[in-house]
Amino acid sequence: MGSLFRSEEMALCQLFLQSEAAYACVSELGELGLVQFRDLNPDVNAFQRKFVNEVRRCDEMERKLRYLEKEIKKDGIPMLDTGESPEAPQPREMIDLEATFEKLENELREVNQNAEALKRNFLELTELKHILRKTQVFFDESVPTVYKSSGAYSSSKYRRYPQMADNQNEDEQAQLLGEEAQEGGVNQTTESMTRALITDEARTAGASMGPVQLGYMEKSNEREDYLPCFVAGVILRERLPAFERMLWRACRGNVFLRQAMIETPLEDPTNGDQVHKSVFIIFFQGDQLKTRVKKICEGFRATLYPCPEAPADRREMAMGVMTRIEDLNTVLGQTQDHRHRVLVAAAKNLKNWFVKVRKIKAIYHTLNLFNLDVTQKCLIAECWVPLLDIETIQLALRRGTERSGSSVPPILNRMQTFENPPTYNRTNKFTKAFQALIDAYGVASYREMNPAPYTIITFPFLFAVMFGDLGHGAIMALFGLWMIRKEKGLAAQKTDNEIWNIFFGGRYIIFLMGVFSMYTGLIYNDIFSKSLNIFGSHWHLSYNKSTVMENKFLQLSPNGDYEGAPYPFGMDPIWQVAGANKIIFHNAYKMKISIIFGVIHMIFGVVMSWHNHTYFRNRISLLYEFIPQLVFLLLLFFYMVLLMFIKWIKFAATNKKPYSEVCAPSILITFIDMVLFNKPKPPPKDCETYMFIGQHFIQVLFVLVAVGCIPVMLLAKPLLIMQARKQANVQPIAGATSDAEAGGVSNGGSHGGVGGHEEEEELSEIFIHQSIHTIEYVLGSVSHTASYLRLWALSLAHAQLAEVLWTMVLSIGLKQEGPVGGIVLTCVFAFWAILTVGILVLMEGLSAFLHTLRLHWVEFQSKFYKGQGYAFQPFSFDAIIENGAAAAEE
Amino acid sequence: MKICGPKLSLCGLIISVWGIVQLVLMGLFFYINSVALIEDLPLEEEYHSLEDFYAAANRAYNQNAYNCWIAACIYVLTLLLSAQQFYMNSRVTAN
Repeated sequence: MGSLFRSEEMALCQLFLQSEAAYACVSELGELGLVQFRDLNPDVNAFQRKFVNEVRRCDEMERKLRYLEKEIKKDGIPMLDTGESPEAPQPREMIDLEATFEKLENELREVNQNAEALKRNFLELTELKHILRKTQVFFDESVPTVYKSSGAYSSSKYRRYPQMADNQNEDEQAQLLGEEAQEGGVNQTTESMTRALITDEARTAGASMGPVQLGYMEKSNEREDYLPCFVAGVILRERLPAFERMLWRACRGNVFLRQAMIETPLEDPTNGDQVHKSVFIIFFQGDQLKTRVKKICEGFRATLYPCPEAPADRREMAMGVMTRIEDLNTVLGQTQDHRHRVLVAAAKNLKNWFVKVRKIKAIYHTLNLFNLDVTQKCLIAECWVPLLDIETIQLALRRGTERSGSSVPPILNRMQTFENPPTYNRTNKFTKAFQALIDAYGVASYREMNPAPYTIITFPFLFAVMFGDLGHGAIMALFGLWMIRKEKGLAAQKTDNEIWNIFFGGRYIIFLMGVFSMYTGLIYNDIFSKSLNIFGSHWHLSYNKSTVMENKFLQLSPNGDYEGAPYPFGMDPIWQVAGANKIIFHNAYKMKISIIFGVIHMIFGVVMSWHNHTYFRNRISLLYEFIPQLVFLLLLFFYMVLLMFIKWIKFAATNKKPYSEVCAPSILITFIDMVLFNKPKPPPKDCETYMFIGQHFIQVLFVLVAVGCIPVMLLAKPLLIMQARKQANVQPIAGATSDAEAGGVSNGGSHGGVGGHEEEEELSEIFIHQSIHTIEYVLGSVSHTASYLRLWALSLAHAQLAEVLWTMVLSIGLKQEGPVGGIVLTCVFAFWAILTVGILVLMEGLSAFLHTLRLHWVEFQSKFYKGQGYAFQPFSFDAIIENGAAAAEE
Repeated sequence: MKICGPKLSLCGLIISVWGIVQLVLMGLFFYINSVALIEDLPLEEEYHSLEDFYAAANRAYNQNAYNCWIAACIYVLTLLLSAQQFYMNSRVTAN
C-alpha cells in the first residue's frame, strides 16, 4: 500500500477539539500537512466567522511586515534567510509580535517623515544656492553699466564671463554681445523682447554704451516710472519651453526671462527620483505684471525664492545658505544612519516573522472552517485524511493537546460517506514531475490506476525514439545531471524565471530523456549525424579495382557482401556512407518500429483498464468492454505486428524463392487487403501469395471476429443495465408490502443524507454514452496506430536536420585548405555548437517532448484513464509559506 | 581586468570545453582516416588514378587532423580566457 499505482485510500473524519487545545492541534496538523479540512460553514460569510478578528490582526501585521520589507529592499540590505521554519507561536505571543511590529513601523515612519522633511529643506536650500550663484551671472551682466565710467574694470568683468557661466550662458552671452554689435543673425525673440522692454532712447543709448541694459541700477538713464522688479525661481527643465512661451504670450512680451540650467540633477524628496531643473529669473515692471507672472509661476509649479537685490546681501545670504546646507547634511547623514540601523536589525528577523505571522493566520483561517459545538466547549472539524496516516495524525493531535496543557484528548472519528474522496498520490522529488505531467491532463479519479509509474519509463523512451542522437542526448543528459547534482543550491535560490523553473522542475525527466536518447542514438548509430564503427562493419566490398574505378555507384548485395550475422549493436555503420538508399532503409526500419511500439503501448493501456474494472468490481465492463476491446486490438493491429516479425524472420536475400527478398510482401498492402476482403494481387514468379499456410482463412476469421466485437462493445453493457433495472423494479412488488415500506423509508433517509449521490443515469444517456465510447475506441485504434507514426517522422526529421547542420555548417570549417583552416574551424565550430544547442536540442527537443506528451495523454491514457478526480489539498504550512500571501488570502 | 559578463564567460567556458573534447576526438578520427568523415575532406570530384586519390586523401586527412587540433588549441586559449573572466565575475559577485 501507499504505492504510486493508485492514489491513497482516504477517509472522511470528524475531529472534536477542545476550544483551548484547538489552536495547538491545528498548528501541529499544519506542520504535518496531511489533512484537508472541509468548510463546515459555507453559507457564513467571511466577516461573520468566529476568528475574524484574529485574521484581521494577522493581516495588519503582514501589512506592516510588507512595509518593512519594501523599505529594506529599497535600501538594498540583504535579508537573512536561514530557510528554517519556526513553529507557530502561541496566541499570546501574537500581542508581543504586534507590539514589536507597531514599534518598528512607527519608528520607521517617523524616520522617513523626518528624512523627507529634511530632504525637502535640503532641496530648497540647494535650489536657493543655485539661484544665488546663477543669478549672480545675470546681475553681473548689468553691473558694467553702473561702473561704465571705469572702462578697464568693466572690460575685465567681460573677460570673466566665460569662466563663470556655463555653456548655455556663454551662448546667451554671445547673443547679447552680438546684439550689442548690432549683428543680424541674433535671436529674434531676445531682440524683440529687448525692444519691447527698453524704450527707444534707452536703446540707442544702450547701443552706444555697450551691453544691453537690464536691471535696476540704471535709474539715472531711465524715465521716472521705470521701476523694474524681478522674481527668481527654479522650474523643472522640461517645463521651461512652455513656461517661456506662456510668459511671453500672457505678458505680451513685456517681461524678460533669463534662465540657466542646474547641471547636477536634484533629488525629489517625495519619490527619490533624480530630476533636472533650471534656474530662471524674470524681469518685469509694474504690479499688474507681477501678479500675472506670479500666477504663471504658480501654474507651472515653479518655486520662487527671495533674492536680494544688493550684491552684498546676496553674498551674505549665500554664505548663510551654505552653512545651513552643511548642517543639514550632517543631520541627514545621522537620520540615514539611524534608519539603516533600524532596518538592518529588522532584516535579520524579517523572514522569520513572515513565517510566524503566516502560520498564525493560516491557523485562524482553518479554525474559521470549524463548527462550534452548542456548548461552546469544543470545535468540530471535518477533514479528509489518508487512511495510512491516521496514526501519525493522532500522534500530532496528542502532541498539540500536551502543548496546550489541556486534559481532554481530541477525538478523531471516522465517518461514512458517499462522496468522492480527493485523489492523493504520494510523490517524492523524482516522481513529482511525472505525476505533474499526468495531472496536467486531469487528476485521476479516486483510486483509479495511476499512469505515472509507467510514464517514468515510457515517456523518456518514446521521447528518445524521436530524439535519437548520442551527441544531443549527451548534452541533454549532462544538463539534467548538472541540475540534479546542484539540486539543493539551485532550489535554494528561488527565481521568478518561469522557463528556468520549468526546466528545473523537470530535471529528472530531462536527465532520463537525455540518457534514453543516448541509448537510441547508439541504436541508430548517430552521433551528431555521424556513425561510430565500433565493432567493424559486417559488410565487405567484393568488387575488384577496375569496377570500383569505373562506376560512380555500386551496390552491395546482401547475398555475398554481407557477413550473414548482423552488426552486434544497433545500425551497421555502412549505412552512413550509403548515400543512395540510407533514408529508404531507415524509413522502413523506423516506421515498423514505431508501429510496433505504438501497438504494444496501446495494448498495455487496454490491459490497464482491466485493472480498473477488477478493482471497481465492474463485471459488466470487464466482460463486455475490456474483452472486446482487447480482442479488437489484438486481432487487427497486433496481428499486423506479428506479420512484420514473420516477414523479418522468413524472408532474406540469402534464402531461395519463395522466401527470397523479391517475394517479401508489403505488410501494409496485406493489411489493407485483409480488412477490405480484397483478393491479393498475384505474386511475382515463383513466389507465394501468403506468408504461411492458412493465412487467408485466419485473416478472414480475425476480421469477422474483430468486427463482431463492435456490436458487443456498443450494445451489451447498456442492454444489461436495462435488464438489471427492470428486475430491480419488479422485485419490491413481489416482496411483502411492510418490508417494502421499511426499505423505502430507510433508503430515502440515507439518500437524503448524502444529497442524492447515487441518482441513476438516464437509460438513453447510457446508450449515447456507450455509442460515443465505442465509436471513439474503434476509430481511435485506427487513428492512434497511425498517430504513432509520428515517432518515425520526428526521428527522421531530427536525423536529417542534424545532418544538414553538419554538412552546411561544420563541413565549411573542415573543408578549408591549409593551416588557416584551424582558425576558421574554431569560429565555425562555435557557430555550429550554438545552432546545435538552439535548434536541435532545444527546439527539436521541445517538439519531441510535446509529441511524447500527446502520445501519452491521447493514445495511451484514453484507453483506461478517466481523470475526473480532484486533487487532495492538505492544510500544510510549507505550501502556504511557499505560496506566500496569495495562498493565505484564500 | 573584466571584459565579458558572467553569462558570456560561462557560455565561452562551455563551448570551449565542448570544442576541446570534440575537436581532439575528431582530429584523432581524421588522423586514423575514418571513412565516416570522408565527405568533410577538401577533395576533388575526380582523380585520374587510384594512387592520386590515395595521396590526396591521405594528405587531406592529415591536414584536417592538424586543423582540428589547432582549433582545439585555440579553444584551450579561449577556455583559459573565459575561466579567468568567470573567476573575476564570480569574485565580483561574491564581494
